[in-house]
Amino acid sequence: MSNVSTDKTETAAAGMLARMVDSDIFHSFLKSKVTVIAAIGTAVLFLLAFFAPLIAPHDPFDLATISILDARVPPMWMEYADPRFVLGTDDQGRDLLSGIFYGMRISLIVGFCSVIAAAILGITLGLVAGYMGGRVDAVIMRIADIQLTFPAILIALLIDGAARGIFGALDREVFSFYILIFSLALSFWVQYARTVRGSTMVEKNKEYVQAARVIGIPAIIIMVRHILPNVTGPVLVIATINLALAIVTEATLSFLGVGMPPTQPSLGTLIAIGNDFLYSGEWWIAIFPGLALALLVLNVNLLGDWLRDALNPKLR
Amino acid sequence: MSVLRIHDLKVEFPGRKSTFVAVHGVTLEVEAGKILGVVGESGAGKSTVGNAVIGLLQEPGRIGEGEVFLHGQRIDNLPDKQKRLLRGRRIGMIFQDPLTSLDPLQTIESQLTETIRIHLKLSASEASARAIELLDAVGIPDPDIRIKQYPHQFSGGMRQRVVIALALCAEPEVVIADEPTTALDVSIQAQILELMKKLCADRNVSMVVITHDMGVIADITDHVAVMYRGKLVEYGETDQVLGRPQHPYTQSLISAVPRPDIRVERFPMVDYIEEAGTPTKHIDIATHWLGKARAYDKPEGALVKIRDLSMRFVTRASIVPSKRRFLDAVKNVSFDIHEGETFGLVGESGSGKSTIARLITGLFHPTGGSIDFAGTELTSLTDRRQVLAMRRQMQMIFQDPYSSLNARMRVRSIIAEPIKFHRLAASNTEVRQIVDDLLDHVGLGIAAGDKFPHEFSGGQRQRISIARALATRPRFLICDEPTSALDVSIQAQILNLLKDLQEELGLTMLFISHDLAVIRQMCNRIGVMRHGELCEVADCDALFDNPQHPYTKQLLELMPSMELLSRANLQESGPTGAPPAP
Amino acid sequence: MRRLLQAMIVMLVVALLAFTLFRFVGDPINQMVGIETSIEEREALRERLGLNDPIPVQFARFIQSAVQFDFGTSYQFRQPVSDLFLKRIPATLELSFASAVFALVVGIPMGIYAGLNRESWVSKVFLSVSLVGISLPTFFIGILLIFFFSVNLQWLPSFGRGEVVEIGSWWTTGFLTASGLKALILPSITLGLYQMTLIMRLIRAEMLEVIRTDYIKFARARGLPDRLVHFRHALKNTLVPVITITGLQLGAIIAFATITETVFQWPGMGLMFLQAVQNVDIPIMSAYLLLTAFLFVSINFVVDILYFLIDPRLRIERA
Repeated sequence: MSNVSTDKTETAAAGMLARMVDSDIFHSFLKSKVTVIAAIGTAVLFLLAFFAPLIAPHDPFDLATISILDARVPPMWMEYADPRFVLGTDDQGRDLLSGIFYGMRISLIVGFCSVIAAAILGITLGLVAGYMGGRVDAVIMRIADIQLTFPAILIALLIDGAARGIFGALDREVFSFYILIFSLALSFWVQYARTVRGSTMVEKNKEYVQAARVIGIPAIIIMVRHILPNVTGPVLVIATINLALAIVTEATLSFLGVGMPPTQPSLGTLIAIGNDFLYSGEWWIAIFPGLALALLVLNVNLLGDWLRDALNPKLR
Repeated sequence: MSVLRIHDLKVEFPGRKSTFVAVHGVTLEVEAGKILGVVGESGAGKSTVGNAVIGLLQEPGRIGEGEVFLHGQRIDNLPDKQKRLLRGRRIGMIFQDPLTSLDPLQTIESQLTETIRIHLKLSASEASARAIELLDAVGIPDPDIRIKQYPHQFSGGMRQRVVIALALCAEPEVVIADEPTTALDVSIQAQILELMKKLCADRNVSMVVITHDMGVIADITDHVAVMYRGKLVEYGETDQVLGRPQHPYTQSLISAVPRPDIRVERFPMVDYIEEAGTPTKHIDIATHWLGKARAYDKPEGALVKIRDLSMRFVTRASIVPSKRRFLDAVKNVSFDIHEGETFGLVGESGSGKSTIARLITGLFHPTGGSIDFAGTELTSLTDRRQVLAMRRQMQMIFQDPYSSLNARMRVRSIIAEPIKFHRLAASNTEVRQIVDDLLDHVGLGIAAGDKFPHEFSGGQRQRISIARALATRPRFLICDEPTSALDVSIQAQILNLLKDLQEELGLTMLFISHDLAVIRQMCNRIGVMRHGELCEVADCDALFDNPQHPYTKQLLELMPSMELLSRANLQESGPTGAPPAP
Repeated sequence: MRRLLQAMIVMLVVALLAFTLFRFVGDPINQMVGIETSIEEREALRERLGLNDPIPVQFARFIQSAVQFDFGTSYQFRQPVSDLFLKRIPATLELSFASAVFALVVGIPMGIYAGLNRESWVSKVFLSVSLVGISLPTFFIGILLIFFFSVNLQWLPSFGRGEVVEIGSWWTTGFLTASGLKALILPSITLGLYQMTLIMRLIRAEMLEVIRTDYIKFARARGLPDRLVHFRHALKNTLVPVITITGLQLGAIIAFATITETVFQWPGMGLMFLQAVQNVDIPIMSAYLLLTAFLFVSINFVVDILYFLIDPRLRIERA
């Protein structure tokens, strides 16, 4: 009996896989070589970041292995290079390549956490606003409108500034991570909310929702079980593009000196450190982390771009 | 000599896996001043023929074989620039939806004069004068004033007149009209058809009318071509083809058309559709779950009593009361629906008939009046358990088969949801069994349960909707335009299914439609609605034979005449006044 | 009229935020006096500044002084905030203006071209370049430009505004001197590049959408030449959504100037704002919030009026 059922699920799974491989979305994925390369690139960068402690040749946080004597060593193909440091070292003698791996890790963690936080906040408010309508909708959307007038980076800066005022006395090393995610999430929720609200308003007037209401199903179940699965497409696109945006914004804040502290450097922090040495000829300290950042963001953006076109029925 | 001649046309759409042939060897011709109708159901390739002639096939479509001649000159192989000069100048085109066919940001005048001056050597003032003349010809009052306006200032019917003026403004020899009246109300449709007929005669313009509507064909065409799956199955003079159809597809298509003048017991089964399913095992309603718990108390008087029902929507909210705008969608409507009967509501778009359905099911809350269902006043009901009990007893079937099913749920979960929610079955196994039986009973087969809605056609989806509605074991079923999005042969099957179910289960039905012919087939009594008001309520036959209200008379007069259509295969049924005995 | 009311409400909400920031984040007294000041002296100062009054009274006073362009005294510089801003506003506005012109003049034609010629290789190049433009963070573009054009090639200055000329009592301009113009090039490209790519992509997307509508199909079916179909019918319909987003983007330029000003040490209000955030100089922060909000709201207001001029549907509803 159980044998039969596993057999069944297996064929079902195989069928689903076959359907997916055969589907238009998967086909358009394969057709676009750029997208395939971007997907592989993203995967590689994510893995490098995730396994940074295993892969990186040095541990940039281990003070015992860092020597100030190794400071500002150029990358290995230049004069005075040290073969131990492929991409050279920064001003404190930390290996730049390892620093980039770890920095990417921090950038990605901040990026993912803030995207998830913003998505949860935005989707919930968008669903409620779109489904309830009326006054609830008006209040939520006015807030969103006002916030939308301000670019995310400015909001993040202001929240960060305010948080510094409030938590001034507390340990910044610990708090800057949470403040950063908080300010990023608060800056980005609007997009989710607006999109989800828009789709919800379309969906709620569709007849399947009316049918559910005629059956007598309560609003909360309709929102979660019927509407939510039907609005996930656009949310996925926003989330992907937002991940890129969150990484850029985090890097920018860190570059401006209000993001991650130098003791836990993200890519932006590394670039900020390197920026001081640009004029004295030690260009690699800023340029290499910058290129890593650009590569990461470009790959994610390419995926998001493709996803948007693939999921947009109007452009088929 | 023919003006437009299409010879052995083949249109193909190369796809990823294979090339889809949309039109297969079609040969047609139109004579000067005559109207040719191209009729067929969705997917027949009729619009593709029109687009191929005018050279506007959608990418990646292309003409595979065949030739198109205009006055003996071959035009399908002309270079792009010359094809463009042909469009508008020698071949005009009219599209289906007048609301989206005009550029919203340009005045009517600018759109007319630019087209005129591209094709004819006229000065700006001459073009303008000609534009006004044209608007006058298509029946737009005060053309010299209206010409300065923007499209949104015109109603749908008026916009279609502007579109016709645009198509005619450079004196083309042929006009191709793709479903020119499908988006319009019956009364407007009649006027536009009249206008097209007159223009053809007055200006000696030939016309190709592409439509799915047999009524339009019967009304204005001289010749008709019937298409099925990209092929031409029958072609000839209109009264010949409609009156004595030769091809079996044409025969079954014609017999599926609902007639306003006769009522049939059941529509004959159409052979040409694969999806037509019949239940594999017949369940015994008396002993089956579906037939149980039907012992309701007989209500005093009518089952549904509607009194002074009103619904007012706010169209513009404002803090200042004088600036608020309202729409009275339903105004003081009262009527009864008796147990076991089918009550029809008919009216044009915006007449408030769908709003009434939504008020009864509680989707809207009325601004006034009362709805009494089996002795319970619904509008003042607050206790949630009582509300649910009422909801269970009445269900609704919606118009759009594409949006009325949740695309992310399997069919099985869609139908199981109401059973589980109302706890109508003891166990999951039982729920599963019931869902299987329901699927089988509406003619879909058990295998349908594991699929998603997008794997089904429109008619099959409507069957899923019906199964879902039956899943609460309702006694009152509201059908809101259940077949208006379907092809006519599918419509016939769904109407048959609804009739069968009503008979088996003793359902009471409220049947809403804009189509008087469909209403006649389905209903015992009929209410006619206009602008939110109920004009007339009468027994079915009485209404058709002896209408009282002027609006009802007008509606009946405007119905396309179906007298041309063959009556073979049709079984007339008797008088329709009395509800079937329960 | 209704729009004006909405704009006022937005400003009021922002003012409330700025006030909250000003009043409750960090104790203003602590920032103003030394450590030795006695509690009595603090209390006297508190009373004198009106910090013990009811909150609504304080808020009203805050708005009253804000309207008169009085935002208190900076904690860091011990100077009136309004004087500090006046000195720096011209630099930021000139930079923003130059980048906005760059973004529009380059972005709009590129977007139209890419929208109309979807399959051509030039549009594909445009699209790839734009994606790189979106993916490179503004500050990194600045660093790269400095690295190539200032450090390596030494063609253009890497910081400051160059020589400026005074016009009137407080406006200074870099547009009139050679060094001022040279100094403007790198920062305005840095600042405008991101907006340029966004505008280009937006116009392209809208064009693609409009081209598929029925009225464009109908215009073609009437035999209108491509030139008319594209520029008279398609482009004008594209403009409606494009103007909104472009308006928002121009607002964003002023905010993004913060980053560019930091990279190029451009003496504008963004740089000052950033230093204020780092040093928790609340009066400057709240003044900056109010000023930028005012600019954004004004831009949105202009956008609404433009809307009106383009779309007859809105115009006639009013009349």
